[in-house]
Amino acid sequence: MDDAKLDALGQTIVSALPGAAIGHSVAFNQLTVDVEASKIVEVVKYLRDDPNCRFINFTDITAADYPAREKRFDVIYHFLSPTLNARIRLKAQADETTQVPSLIEVFPGADWFEREAYDLYGVFFVGHPDMRRLLTDYGFEGHPLRKDFPTTGFLEVRYDDQEKRVVYEPVRLNQEFRKFDFLSPWEGADYPLPGDEKAGPKA
Amino acid sequence: MNEQPEQLRNFTINFGPQHPAAHGVLRLVLELDGEVVARVDPHIGLLHRGTEKLIEQKTYLQAIPYFDRLDYVAPMNQEHAFCLAAEKLLGIEVPRRGQLIRVLYCEIGRILSHLLNVTTQAMDVGALTPPLWGFEEREKLMVFYERASGSRMHAAFFRVGGVHQDLPQKLVDDIEAWCDPFLKVVEDLDRLLTANRIFKQRNVDIGVVPLKEAWEWGFSGVMVRGSGAAWDLRKSQPYECYAEMDFDIPIGKNGDCYDRYLIRMEEMRQSVRIMRQCIQKLNAPDGKGPVVVEDNKVAPPRRGEMKRSMEALIHHFKLYTEGVHVPAGEVYTAVEAPKGEFGVYLISDGTNKPYKCKIRAPGFAHLQAMDHICRGHLLADVSAILGSLDIVFGEVDR
Repeated sequence: MDDAKLDALGQTIVSALPGAAIGHSVAFNQLTVDVEASKIVEVVKYLRDDPNCRFINFTDITAADYPAREKRFDVIYHFLSPTLNARIRLKAQADETTQVPSLIEVFPGADWFEREAYDLYGVFFVGHPDMRRLLTDYGFEGHPLRKDFPTTGFLEVRYDDQEKRVVYEPVRLNQEFRKFDFLSPWEGADYPLPGDEKAGPKA
Repeated sequence: MNEQPEQLRNFTINFGPQHPAAHGVLRLVLELDGEVVARVDPHIGLLHRGTEKLIEQKTYLQAIPYFDRLDYVAPMNQEHAFCLAAEKLLGIEVPRRGQLIRVLYCEIGRILSHLLNVTTQAMDVGALTPPLWGFEEREKLMVFYERASGSRMHAAFFRVGGVHQDLPQKLVDDIEAWCDPFLKVVEDLDRLLTANRIFKQRNVDIGVVPLKEAWEWGFSGVMVRGSGAAWDLRKSQPYECYAEMDFDIPIGKNGDCYDRYLIRMEEMRQSVRIMRQCIQKLNAPDGKGPVVVEDNKVAPPRRGEMKRSMEALIHHFKLYTEGVHVPAGEVYTAVEAPKGEFGVYLISDGTNKPYKCKIRAPGFAHLQAMDHICRGHLLADVSAILGSLDIVFGEVDR
């Protein structure tokens, strides 16, 4: 589908669901519709059942973390319509306490994807019958894909030969985790460089 | 005596995490009512390596090898999805020879994956010969991987903007010479399995997935084609130079394990067809030329040039330390990997590292339906169904 058709489709969806679908945009030949998190089930049902949409193939649920925002998470859904040969992306904003309705009644395939988003980001889905952690260790604490979770983690495991079991210990690094800053200072870094203080306040 | 029925309890067993039919580190908690499966609870994550978190810390170039380690049976198909996503954000077009080499190696990956799956599925239901025959061919294909990239499995051969190295002519000729004898091996496997009574008894009408369910469970690839959908991303949303290739998409009727097996067999033959066309186009005059974009802001200059030109040296240094700055934006690109739709959802914030990279693995969606498909089947069918779902834990756990 070309951009004009996608744009028209986006407009149809937004006007058909006032209050639920907030806005739409087309970029890189892909359609994104912003939705209200609490109305997500309504939107997805419409997309699945409307004869002009038929987004019947569930593709993906994930989240993205923007810690600086008031509602820090984007919950992102992808669907595919084999009839239109088109994809759609839905975006809903949420924070740590927002209760996002689960899609499991509409698409049973949402099951593990929601568990994964909960596990890795801590987005909370309500109406999901089995909200356990999925990918991380049994008894893991924290949500590793959040931007404020360190890549090195907090715990490391090893097999203890004396105790004959696996033991958990706090991470001890012999060398500090190296993170290089490659943002060139003349391409808009927003931290002070040594010597900047001499320049005085900016006009 | 009349209290007896209330004491009956379902039997719970652990299948895996170390079981040869579990195809890796899958732990299934099976609840059995006699020999009938009442509930399946797959526990995954035993191979979770935090790939998505690691990619957020790496430059775009450094992220590519992680994709080999997802579905390690068909490594280059995964790299392909990531490169396509980054190229879409950068807005670059891969040169024709680069495209042809990519498609050639993706089809090799498809054969690698299907050979492994078809033969181990046969092993799961009791046949020992097919894996031995199939693995011999896989070995030859891995040598082709090695001759192109220097590594048998974890190739890291694709680059944003093309592929790393050109193929020597001898390698192209050898791949062409491999095609015909391979079709003979497929024929042998076909004679061994397709009409085999035991194989059919274990697979026909087992694990039937109706098309409607296949779509709503998020299935893709062979799993929807087995249920009767003529849906293949190489045809319906052609990427790279698939649009000019001539090949057929096999589809099934019944959506059972046997149909999925037949589709994989036919797809191997179709892949050979595509490979032949790629080789023919690579040998044609317009198939010669660069294999990676010649923009030195994206792809490094050649070694020889680096020795002479200061400009090239600077480009090389900047590319291998800082990497490419990808314009801000977000894309979802998917390729038809052997196991289904392998998607990469990439968010870039304009720096040299991805802000987020979600990997949408086909096996993840397929495995979560285990409970749904297995209910009511016998315990022995669990391994047949698992075999036909084509699960590789590298991509399920990420």
